[in-house]
Amino acid sequence: MTPEQFLDLAIDVSFALVMASVALGFYRIVRGPSFGDRVVSLDMLTVSIMGFCGLFAIFSDDTAFLDVAVVLALVGFLTTLALARFAERRRARPEESE
Amino acid sequence: MTEIAAGLLVLTGAVFSLIASIGLIRMPDIFTRMHASTKAGVLGSSLILIAAGVVIGDGGTWARIVVAIFFLLLTAPIGAHMIGRASLDEHHRPRHK
Repeated sequence: MTPEQFLDLAIDVSFALVMASVALGFYRIVRGPSFGDRVVSLDMLTVSIMGFCGLFAIFSDDTAFLDVAVVLALVGFLTTLALARFAERRRARPEESE
Repeated sequence: MTEIAAGLLVLTGAVFSLIASIGLIRMPDIFTRMHASTKAGVLGSSLILIAAGVVIGDGGTWARIVVAIFFLLLTAPIGAHMIGRASLDEHHRPRHK
């Protein structure tokens, strides 16, 4: 097996593993008993999809997907922050929560 | 040689991503789930991004990868800390066992 074939095989296997990780994250979002579980799962999903962007950058030999990964890191951080603030405020006013 | 190193990095990173999501499924409460997903997930994605840098390998690519990993390492603990603080009330306490 040449090194190029090994890299192609490794990328194929890694696509499968990362997609399995994303699927398990979706399972936790659907099941998640509390709001915080869903936020944690969404955070991990963002990080996994960043890994997927890196894989696709190698696969297609196109560095534009790395820019997507940088932007995704920033947007994912802001999402987590906003949802955590929202959960805190929702708890502070229990008469307005469901 | 470069291809073999990149392939090993990619495989290790993907396995760490999978371990993070398995921890997210199997752990008993939100604080342990956070512990699994943040640390293993960030390590897995960072390894895959480093592999992309090893394969493509010019300066601009490395700069973008270093920025992405830096943001990841900077923001993951802050986000996890805020979620943990938000979900810490009388119903959600860390388990002592």
